[in-house]
Amino acid sequence: MSDYNFAYLDEQTKRMIRRAILKGLAIPGYQVPFASREMPMPYGWGTGGVQVTAACLTPDDTLKVIDQGADDTTNAVSIRRFFEKTAAVGVTQATSVATVIQTRHRIPEEPLNEDQILVYQVPIPEPLRFLEPRETETRKMHALEEYGLMHVKLFEDISQHGQIATAYAYPVKVEGRYVMDPSPIPRFDNPKMEMSAIQLFGAGREQRIYAIPPYTQVVSLDFDDYPFEASKADGACALCGADHTYLDEVIVDDDGGRMFVCSDTDYCESRRQAGHIGEQGTPYGKDAA
Amino acid sequence: MTPLLDVQNLSKNYGQRIGCKDVSFDLYPGEVMGIVGESGSGKSTLLNCLAGHLEPDSGKVLFDTKTDGLKDTVTMSEPERRMLGRTDWAFVHQHARDGLRMGVSAGGNVGERLMAVGARHYGDIRAQAADWLGRVEIREDRIDDRPTAFSGGMQQRLQIARNLVTGPRLVFMDEPTGGLDVSVQARLLDMIRELVRDLGLSAIIVTHDLAVVRLLADRLMVMKDGHVVETGLTDQVLDDPQHSYSQLLVSSVLQV
Repeated sequence: MSDYNFAYLDEQTKRMIRRAILKGLAIPGYQVPFASREMPMPYGWGTGGVQVTAACLTPDDTLKVIDQGADDTTNAVSIRRFFEKTAAVGVTQATSVATVIQTRHRIPEEPLNEDQILVYQVPIPEPLRFLEPRETETRKMHALEEYGLMHVKLFEDISQHGQIATAYAYPVKVEGRYVMDPSPIPRFDNPKMEMSAIQLFGAGREQRIYAIPPYTQVVSLDFDDYPFEASKADGACALCGADHTYLDEVIVDDDGGRMFVCSDTDYCESRRQAGHIGEQGTPYGKDAA
Repeated sequence: MTPLLDVQNLSKNYGQRIGCKDVSFDLYPGEVMGIVGESGSGKSTLLNCLAGHLEPDSGKVLFDTKTDGLKDTVTMSEPERRMLGRTDWAFVHQHARDGLRMGVSAGGNVGERLMAVGARHYGDIRAQAADWLGRVEIREDRIDDRPTAFSGGMQQRLQIARNLVTGPRLVFMDEPTGGLDVSVQARLLDMIRELVRDLGLSAIIVTHDLAVVRLLADRLMVMKDGHVVETGLTDQVLDDPQHSYSQLLVSSVLQV
């Protein structure tokens, strides 16, 4: 057994966080203040998400951690190791096997089910922050449902770019009441937020937790004549050939050469395992270089 | 005829000091009321109390709401008061920077109040914004520029457009011409006068510039040390001031 309490945080702290989570679930989209703890990692690396995950984990859970859709980046690997060490839970890279998924900036491509919890890392939970810097004022605006300002941002987008140029952290209205920042996920993922899994959002530095219960209405804000569009790069994954997933653009040489690959590495791999091949891909198992 | 605004014994203290004391007056639809007085006489305190920015210590501010008739804005709920603040009321600040969003384009600034009351059609909002920019003599090709790129006079006119776009019935103005040079002032006054007459607005204008009230106001209220010392028709007060302070005020104006 390790020298840490299960999942690093002490039981009182986890209790406090669970109360915030329950309150958040009871009021979908409402930002619940909580006493965020110092975690052994810098702010911006997912301190909020880690605390929420720690409060949700049980010894029977299987954890998956993704960063921009990938299981193998520094952030994801560090957090996964952190919980392997402090909670001794099982870890996986497969979306369907995981019971708790902590994510930074993506929702997995594979639909989640009722037995799963998706935990988001949130840098700035307040969607109105860059328009109204005063916290007292933004709280009042949430309380009184004064959300006209959110549309001013979209209005500015259209008048400057001819279209709504907000491509990530696209504001949503939850269950017809609170306007919420969905964390910096691409707007391609916004429609997926109406899902059967529980979604929890933790912002460590800003000390806020909020949540979306399963099967909750999540509407992306837009204008009547400029409707919301879940956009992605125009192309198909070069490895697995998928044209319905969110794609990362990878620069491959100095001559403007580029390729698109699925941002969700687990989804891409499972497709290749199933025999799908993109235009630059090789059959699964033969590219071990 | 019911008054649009009925103020009864309004008082506001800052601790021991008096902000304004026992102010009462009526304002009827289409009427423009000027409030003059020296700095520190309680003009702005009074205006902020009327507009709901400050909470008065005692007294009533009855406003003729569209749905319920005369209603005390001091005791009404905050959502209601804020709703009035972006529909039936408008507030023009002395410094345009206080009333504008400096990081948002002129079109966005004008459109904000429309979006705040539920407009969700980009084309309509933009067309209305362009229309209002035209009315305050800002060229339509400046619609996507930020107010930071505007001159002081243009910023002030933009602020007025932003406030009038939702068709308010009562406009509060706090030194609307302060800090502008005289020729720009003259044009701005001309424009405000035209808008007020065209739209049948009621307005309360706080200023220390007697020329402004001479041009715009139907009635005048002179304040000193938080008290109203004289009220009357503008011409009457300016041409035949009764109170010693009003006489001093009128005689202090430089004759060119």
